[in-house]
Amino acid sequence: MAGEGRRGAPAAEPRRRLKNLVPPGPVRATAAVCEAASCLSAGAGEVHAGLVDGVGVRGLTDVAVKRVGCLGLCAAGPLVAVLETDRLHRGVSGADLTAVLDDLATADAASGMAEPDPFFARQVRIVTENLGRIDPESIDDYVAAGGYTALERALTELDPAAVLAEVTASGLRGRGGAGYPTGLKWRTAVKAAGADRYVICNADEGDPGAFMDRSVLESDPHRVLEGMALAAYAVGARKGYVYCRAEYPLALSRLRTAIRQAQRAGWLGEDIAESRFSFTVEVRVGAGAFVCGEETALIASIEGGRGTPKPRPPYPGMSGLRGAPTVINNVETLAAVPAIIRNGGAWYASTGTATSKGTKVFALAGRVRNTGLIEVPMGTTLREIVYGIGGGVVDDRPLKAVQTGGPSGGCLPASHLDMPVDYESLVEAGSIMGSGGLIVLDDRACMVDVARFYMEFCREESCGKCIPCRVGTTQASTLLTAITSGSATPRHLADLERLGEMMGAMSLCGLGQTAPNPVFSTLRYFRDEYRAHIEDRTCPAGVCAMAGTSSHPAVAGP
Amino acid sequence: MSVHTFTLDGQPVAGAAGETILEVATEQGVSIPTLCHLDGLSSVGACRLCVVEVAGRPRPQPACITPVEEGMEVVTRSEELDEWRATVVEMLFVERNHICSICVANGDCELQDLAVDLGVDHFELPAMSPRLEIDSSHRLFAIDHNRCVLCTRCVRVCDEIEGAHTWDVMGRGIDARVVSDLGTPWGASPTCTSCGKCVQVCPTGALFEKGRAVGEGAKERRPFLPYLRRHGAGTR
Ligand SMILES: Cc1cc2nc3c(=O)[nH]c(=O)nc-3n(C[C@H](O)[C@H](O)[C@H](O)COP(=O)(O)O)c2cc1C
Ligand code: SF4
Ligand code: FES
Repeated sequence: MAGEGRRGAPAAEPRRRLKNLVPPGPVRATAAVCEAASCLSAGAGEVHAGLVDGVGVRGLTDVAVKRVGCLGLCAAGPLVAVLETDRLHRGVSGADLTAVLDDLATADAASGMAEPDPFFARQVRIVTENLGRIDPESIDDYVAAGGYTALERALTELDPAAVLAEVTASGLRGRGGAGYPTGLKWRTAVKAAGADRYVICNADEGDPGAFMDRSVLESDPHRVLEGMALAAYAVGARKGYVYCRAEYPLALSRLRTAIRQAQRAGWLGEDIAESRFSFTVEVRVGAGAFVCGEETALIASIEGGRGTPKPRPPYPGMSGLRGAPTVINNVETLAAVPAIIRNGGAWYASTGTATSKGTKVFALAGRVRNTGLIEVPMGTTLREIVYGIGGGVVDDRPLKAVQTGGPSGGCLPASHLDMPVDYESLVEAGSIMGSGGLIVLDDRACMVDVARFYMEFCREESCGKCIPCRVGTTQASTLLTAITSGSATPRHLADLERLGEMMGAMSLCGLGQTAPNPVFSTLRYFRDEYRAHIEDRTCPAGVCAMAGTSSHPAVAGP
Repeated sequence: MSVHTFTLDGQPVAGAAGETILEVATEQGVSIPTLCHLDGLSSVGACRLCVVEVAGRPRPQPACITPVEEGMEVVTRSEELDEWRATVVEMLFVERNHICSICVANGDCELQDLAVDLGVDHFELPAMSPRLEIDSSHRLFAIDHNRCVLCTRCVRVCDEIEGAHTWDVMGRGIDARVVSDLGTPWGASPTCTSCGKCVQVCPTGALFEKGRAVGEGAKERRPFLPYLRRHGAGTR
């Protein structure tokens, strides 16, 4: 399912390379135009071109216009920020740029910072510190923001063991879903025997509704490359791969640009920073199969095989790509590493909770006012995320549940709003951290229907290699459809629970093992809704069209 | 070569490093149900029938592919394992159309044997009754997808023993199918050597020799397999 190029690549967003406007002398004010995928699709290109023209027409010779990555408030795009004052202009229209141009005519560093929106004020930005500030297509911007200093410091002052020690001390855990300690993962690869070693960045991001990794790659690609180089230095790898889905054309193009720039600047390639460390990065494009985000399937796909998982152990750290010890980490995990090496592991570990250190990036979506990309310390409560940062539920409707962890996760009811978001609390409550999708559901959501949606997703995405997942997801979808269409009996529910337990225990990989989670968590907190569908044949939320009735399918023999 | 001692159903046993739980169990006369595994081919751990409980691991592990470790405590039978294995067999039956009374493999079918051994005498899951193809374009053999359990033994024997790699898997999830040469009809396959190894390793009546009637599909000896035994065969 891998391969550079055409396969599976959807039509890219229209993309003209827009020139930044750089004034000849000192800059008084800078218009930062968000040109990540979401704002671009809302017309950020016209805004950029219009601002360059408008600044010229008004003769503002000390104003810069530049492209930046994700400004965070994706739903309110196109967004333009004036960097000197932090003023954010929302929903900017290319046809009328008067307000932005007026602001640019007077703003300067002395005019004071704008009243920060709570959406931003309550975040702690480590992984996303450069998002919306630097031009993702400029290595100079990255370097000016302190980029590649961590790599330089590592190569000149630290030996690989010291880099590993900092990452271990930081308490960083994998952000791809499972939360495995990153330092331990790297140490496994160091200890495993092998002539070659590899570092893989997992940018497959298949959870429906998740866009953390895409935003980071579109906004700050060099950061991911620097993180990969640091990982490679720590474990002794010379070669790295980024596995990114073809549905992310902008992320791919910015990543490729970044690799070219880093090579030219000597941050990738032979003898980096005049050390004896050499490291190159290659991009592999996935065809958008969810299961190819699973690490063994991803490796099979890079090897040119069918993207299906293999039983672990052996874990990739022991035997991964081409049988060599392989470190495979999520985009966000790797993007945290440069900051850790720059500021020290202890600094990173000072944020977060006892067992979940640092920050987590979430893609806030669903029935919440401020949808977008946020970064908060581990241990922040759901209430703070939904009401403090997210601005509450749209139309002030009652919140019913918060979905985390996508198809492998679960739904937490409103009674859990004061729960801290960390790996352990989420699991205890029946969900998981997952990669960072966070969907707010209001009182008009039917929880059985939500469970059905995720089960159908898993059915579509099952690779078909192992029977518990292949048939389990199909049968469970049928059972859930019977419930949501009003034709189920209590026996359907019993079968669903039995199937769910069997799939969870017997499936080969995480997809099938976790596919029943949305069912189990909605059963745990919203069993009444299942009952209403089955016993009263009504959907309390009014979502499901309850049609005719039929009995349980006949029992048959071979 | 180092040796690991561990317990199998409470009995102390020893296995060489690199040996699987299944290999040691077989040697000890402990039988574990299997389907996708076949001695002499690489193991894929796909059918999940051979799963055993290993103390300290959160879920059952496939014995055919899990290497033995020092101090491991392995349990090969329990009420739960029996039930889940039976569900696997039930799932295999309801997934496609296995009608023993008209099948060439009746009486010599590993799926049938598993159903008998695990006591699967009725289904609780609804039969899915898909409409699937039969490709009988080959001069000597035919494939009936209604009876395929996707064990991929044919894919592996063709690749690993015959070296032709005519077979592979196409599609995903419930739509996964074994295909010859990227979907070319078997009879038109430019790579098939007509060696018949795939037919010999197929556990059911999915791959069969033409001209055999119900219950006449008994598999021949498999002299082409043992030379790859044990440590020669990798995993994939
Ligand atoms: C079905 C499935 C899909 C997955 N998809 C992703 C993904 O899109 N991105 C990702 O980083 N990890 C994904 N994972 C987790 C990876 O297998 C792996 O644990 C992760 O890349 C390790 O990186 P980390 O330690 O930095 O989290 C997936 C796992 C499963 C079972
Ligand atoms: S759990 Fe699903 S996705 Fe994973 S190997 Fe089994 S069939 Fe494939
Ligand atoms: S025989 Fe081990 S998984 Fe099939």
